[in-house]
Amino acid sequence: MKYVDEFRDIGLVRNLSVKIRKITTGEWNLMEICGGQTHSIMRYGLEEFLPDKIRLVHGPGCPVCVTPLEIIDKAIRIAGRPDVIFTSFGDMLRVPGSERDLMSVKAGGGDVRILYSPLDALRIAEENPDRNVVFFAIGFETTAPANAMAVKEARRRGLKNFSILGSHVLVPPAMEAILSSGENRIQGFLAAGHVCTVMGYEEYIPIAEKYRVPIVVTGFEPVDILKGIYQLVVQLEEGRCGVENAYGRVVTRQGNPAARQLLSEVFEVADMKWRGIGTIPRSGFRLAAEYTGFDAEKIFDVGDIIQQESPLCIAGQVLQGLKKPADCTAFGRECRPEHPLGAPMVSSEGVCAAYYRFKVPN
Amino acid sequence: MHMCLAVPGKVISIDESNPDLRMARVDFSGVVKEVCVQWLPEVTEGEYILAHVGMALNVVDEKDALETLELLKEMGELDAELGKDAW
Amino acid sequence: MRRIIGLKFQTKSSKPFPMNLELNCPIPISEYPVITMAHGSGGKLSHQLIEKMFRPVFSSRELDAGHDGAILSPGEGELAFTTDSFVVKPIFFPGGNIGDLAVNGTVNDLACCGARPEYLSVGMILEEGLPMKDLWKIVLSMKEAADRAGVRIVTGDTKVVDHGSGDLIFINTSGIGRVREGVRIDPSSCRPGDVVILSGFIGDHGVAIMSAREGLRFETGIESDTAPINGLVDAILDASKEISVLRDPTRGGVATTLNEISRSSGVGMVLDENSIPVRPGVRGACEVLGLDPLYIANEGKLLVILPEKETGKVLEAMRNHPLGSDATIIGRLTADHPNIVRMTTTIGSSRIIDMLTGEQLPRIC
Repeated sequence: MKYVDEFRDIGLVRNLSVKIRKITTGEWNLMEICGGQTHSIMRYGLEEFLPDKIRLVHGPGCPVCVTPLEIIDKAIRIAGRPDVIFTSFGDMLRVPGSERDLMSVKAGGGDVRILYSPLDALRIAEENPDRNVVFFAIGFETTAPANAMAVKEARRRGLKNFSILGSHVLVPPAMEAILSSGENRIQGFLAAGHVCTVMGYEEYIPIAEKYRVPIVVTGFEPVDILKGIYQLVVQLEEGRCGVENAYGRVVTRQGNPAARQLLSEVFEVADMKWRGIGTIPRSGFRLAAEYTGFDAEKIFDVGDIIQQESPLCIAGQVLQGLKKPADCTAFGRECRPEHPLGAPMVSSEGVCAAYYRFKVPN
Repeated sequence: MHMCLAVPGKVISIDESNPDLRMARVDFSGVVKEVCVQWLPEVTEGEYILAHVGMALNVVDEKDALETLELLKEMGELDAELGKDAW
Repeated sequence: MRRIIGLKFQTKSSKPFPMNLELNCPIPISEYPVITMAHGSGGKLSHQLIEKMFRPVFSSRELDAGHDGAILSPGEGELAFTTDSFVVKPIFFPGGNIGDLAVNGTVNDLACCGARPEYLSVGMILEEGLPMKDLWKIVLSMKEAADRAGVRIVTGDTKVVDHGSGDLIFINTSGIGRVREGVRIDPSSCRPGDVVILSGFIGDHGVAIMSAREGLRFETGIESDTAPINGLVDAILDASKEISVLRDPTRGGVATTLNEISRSSGVGMVLDENSIPVRPGVRGACEVLGLDPLYIANEGKLLVILPEKETGKVLEAMRNHPLGSDATIIGRLTADHPNIVRMTTTIGSSRIIDMLTGEQLPRIC
């Protein structure tokens, strides 16, 4: 595949690996924010190509993993209603709620459908005017514009039976929360390349300055990730802390203006709860005032649900890079992909799932 | 499916019939999917776009891609020329 | 039964044995366009379905004898016996339908026992409302598949469930075959140093199913690889009887199947990602949907594990067969890491390949 295979080239991987090993003298803790990058690192065994002095810490870049438990429970309640067609990205179906998951709602006869794109939900709404179609709109800034598009289109088409159950999280506030934590050891960040395709990378400049950490916008293929790491290490070895773009083929400084314009029209920034971590101020989106008619939380009364997390699950600490999955007593035992206790074991880019699939626990 | 999963594909044709929802047929190595290109007003047939959950996020900058690949190739050649003791 | 040129039967143009059956549906569609509860009640309509549709198409000596069961004379030697149920959704997909899967799937399971498949039973559960012409297409496909595999359908059963209690059609097939003399397929004979051969391109069936499902909507030109591999197995066993494992990598894909073998044999494996054949369209679909071809179901492929010294002649025999023309070595067994399957990636690193956890795709076969 063009623009994919070239960035998986074994020769280029080796060149970068040799170079990184050559220039690394200090011990560096680097965090990759995006779960897709975590997945790629595990799937390609990229740590084999790095010197031991570089430690990769996996961050909370998995929107499936950080969707608040309350929202999962609400999704499950809404999906169980006979008048609802509940549509979602596939990842969300097996995320454990307080009592069950969406998959079990489907098994029990609920109309739960997996979609590739939020726009497909509009088509379903048009084809089923007597049912309420709800789209489980989760994601980082990469996905938020697509979800916004669906809402705006729904309004343009005058759909009365479409709504979204939203959980949108933003990367920069999460980075700041990690950096400002007393326990932080992260010295450099690989910024999420596809988030930056939309948002650009200007908002990372004040973060790099304030916390004196280099940040490099990085892609997802093996060559991309090693290049991002290389650029981080160069800065760290030279004592610099700027923002660089190592994913220039799709990321520009200002991102995609049309997508950002859509975001500012349909959403507004709000405080957001991150599952396992807690509330991070101004770290999420909610629907803007003129679009609240499309908010499933307001449309459906789901009653009181008592939240209950598994006492064994340490997802929060794992997501912040404070613990590794293998540090969890339940990892590989009570908690496995077919029987997950927490979200990171379910999502295809959750760090626990990645560790389980690609490594043997010690 | 990954939430950050975005894949480059080649634009085969563009459907301008709905100005609020411009759609393109995009070829991902033999798989053809419809992708909305509303945010890329300048995109043309034959260009590569990065698609995520049915939306095109950006056009792939061929020049940047080639330059990067060239740079990385030279990274290895330079080391080989100068020998291991260069650093 | 009238034979009138009319209904053109679905052909698989890319398959090595094309067949054109042009027959009109024997149940008058204008009177009975869909299956009804009455078709399962044992009365006149049930009788009509059996006598006019199933019996004439599946006609065999045993079936035509008209007993409740089939009287068989399998001859000497060991018998292999297997059963499988098919619930694939959608029931029609590029490259085939549920009928093809139902016949080929059971034929293949028997072949993987080192047996020559001979007899099949067919149990159908039809949902009220299943269009009669769809049932007819499926029945014709099953006949064609059975003929292609060289098996006879000797007994069967049909039930009808009310609308909403089934999903158009479920099929169970059970099969009997005779184990070839001198052949003992047994994973416990796997040894470090043995070679793993894969018969061809993986992921085709799963991608074909996905492309036919609502909600995903993409064009690939990829067809299911559903096929009877008993001929290929015969060619392999003609070349060598020292085969430790024959397995068709269906649900869960190559990765899951190899893990099963690794665990039951106790021997570790190392695969070479570069040598695993995947078509560009399958690769593209997997990239777009974030799937791994190693975990996608195949319905016409074979994994063979055998000693190194037998590899040359078996590979040659496979490549001379239409269903094995792309056969290739994909890995070896190792004394390192028992029970575990590792893979050398395209960039030279090593990682563990685990079994499929959870569900990559529901209702794939």
